[in-house]
Amino acid sequence: MMAAFLDVIRVTGHRSINAVWRIGMATRFFFLTLLYSGNSFRRFHLIIKELFSTGVLSLIIIVVAGLFVGMVLGLQGYETLKRYGSESALGSLVALSLVRELGPVVAALLFASRAGSAMTAEIGLMKATEQISAMEMMAVNPIARIVAPRFWAGVISMPLLAALFSAAGILGGYYVGVVHIGVDNGSFWSQMQAAVDFRHDILNGVLKSFVFGTVVTIIALFEGYDAPQTAEGVSGATTRTVVTSSLAILMLDFVLTAIMFRGN
Amino acid sequence: MTFPKGKLVAIMGLSGCGKTTLLRHIGGVLKPTRGYVKVNGQIIHDLDRGALYAMRRKMGMLFQFGALFTDMTVYDNVAFQMREHTDLSAEQIHDLVLMKLNAVGLRGTQNLMPSELSGGMARRIALARAVALDPMLIMYDEPFAGLDPISMTVVGDLIRRLNDALGATSIIVTHDVQESLKIVDYVYFMENGVIVAEGTADEIRASDKTFVHQFVHGEIDGPMPFHYPGGDYRQDLNLRT
Repeated sequence: MMAAFLDVIRVTGHRSINAVWRIGMATRFFFLTLLYSGNSFRRFHLIIKELFSTGVLSLIIIVVAGLFVGMVLGLQGYETLKRYGSESALGSLVALSLVRELGPVVAALLFASRAGSAMTAEIGLMKATEQISAMEMMAVNPIARIVAPRFWAGVISMPLLAALFSAAGILGGYYVGVVHIGVDNGSFWSQMQAAVDFRHDILNGVLKSFVFGTVVTIIALFEGYDAPQTAEGVSGATTRTVVTSSLAILMLDFVLTAIMFRGN
Repeated sequence: MTFPKGKLVAIMGLSGCGKTTLLRHIGGVLKPTRGYVKVNGQIIHDLDRGALYAMRRKMGMLFQFGALFTDMTVYDNVAFQMREHTDLSAEQIHDLVLMKLNAVGLRGTQNLMPSELSGGMARRIALARAVALDPMLIMYDEPFAGLDPISMTVVGDLIRRLNDALGATSIIVTHDVQESLKIVDYVYFMENGVIVAEGTADEIRASDKTFVHQFVHGEIDGPMPFHYPGGDYRQDLNLRT
C-alpha cells in the first residue's frame, strides 16, 4: 500500500519535473528562434516559400469551414433572435461572433491541425533522417535556416487566415439569413456596420489570432525539433502538437477575452 | 588516433563500438568528458560557436543514408553551402555545381528530387554536396551501408579519387572490410571505445589477432560472442535439470 502510494508520488514528481523542463526548453527555443530571425528577413524568399505551404495550402479548409460555421450561425442566430423580434440584428450577431471569437479560435484550431501537424512531422522527419545534423555539420544554424522562416510564416499567415475565415463566415451567414430565410438585406449589412467597431472588435480579433499563431507555430516547431528519431517519436510529437496547441488556444482565448472584452 | 594530411583512414568495429561517436566529436557535435580532438592545430571542444562553425566550413561529412534535403532538388542540395557561405554569383555557383555533379557522374540528375534517386545515386549526390566547398577534412559515416556491389565499388572509387584530387584528409567509419581495405591507407579497429588494432590494409589482412581475424573474415565464433549476455537459458525456458 505504502509502496504504491510512493510510486504515485514518484511518477507525479517525475512527470511534473519533465513538464517544467519541457516548458523551459520550449521557452529557450522560442527566444533562440527570435534571436536567429534576422537571416529570415534578409532572405525573405525563405519566409515566402513557407507562407505558401503554411498559409496558402490551408486556405481551402479555412474558407470552407468558415462558410459552414457562418451558415450555422445564421440559422441558429435567426431562430434565437426571432423570439425577441430582433431578426434584423442577425448581421451584427454573425459578424461579432466571428470577428471576436469564432474566427480567431476556430481558424487557429484548424491551423494547428493542418499546418501545425505538418510542420512537426516535417521537422521531426528531417531530424530522423539526419538532415538537421547535416545542416549543423555544414556550419548552417538549423534554427536560423529551418525554424525561423517557418515561425514567421505561421505568425504572418494566422491573422490572414482568421480574417478570411471570418469573411467566409459572414458570407455564409448572409446566404442563410438573407438569401435563404429572407432577412432584410439592408438591415443585415447596416446593423453589422453599426455594431462592429474597427479597433475594439476587429483589431482585438487580429491580436488574438496573432497570439494564437505565435503559440501554435512555436509548439509545432518545438515538438518537431524535440521529437525522438523514430516513427513512434514523430507520430507522438505530431499528436502532442495538435493536443497542446488546441488546449493552449482555448485557454489563451479565455484570458485574452477577459482582458479585451470585459464589461463590454 | 591520428589522421595525417592527405591520407584516407578507416575506423572499423562492431555496431555500437563508438565509431560514429568519434565522428561527432571531430565535428564538435559532442564534447568529450576526457581527452580532446585537435583539427588543424585547434582543439575542437575549446572553440566557441563562431570558431566551430568556421572550422566546420573546412569539413565535409557524408551521412549514412545521404541526409539529402528532401525539399530541394539535387542541384539545390549541392549548391546549398555555396549559397550559405560564399558570395559567388548564380552563374559561378551553377558552374561549380555542375562540376561537382560531373565528378560523381550524375550531372544529368540536377533537376531530380532526392526521392527520385536510387540509394547509390543519393550517396553520390551527398558526396558531391560534402565536397562542395573543397573541404580539408571529409568524414564518411558508413558510406557503403545498403548499397549494391556495383554502387559500393563506385562510391569507394569516388572516395579515393576525391581525396586525392582535393588533397584532403578522409576518415571512413565502416563495417565493410573488403571494400574499404581496397581504398584506405590506414585502419583503426575499435571495440568499446578503445583502439584494439591498427595498421595498413595489408597488415590488417595479414593480422593474426583473433579479433581482427574474426572481423575481417566475418567468422561467427571468436572474441566477439554470437549471443548477447543473458541469464541461464534453461532457467529462462523454465526447464528443470
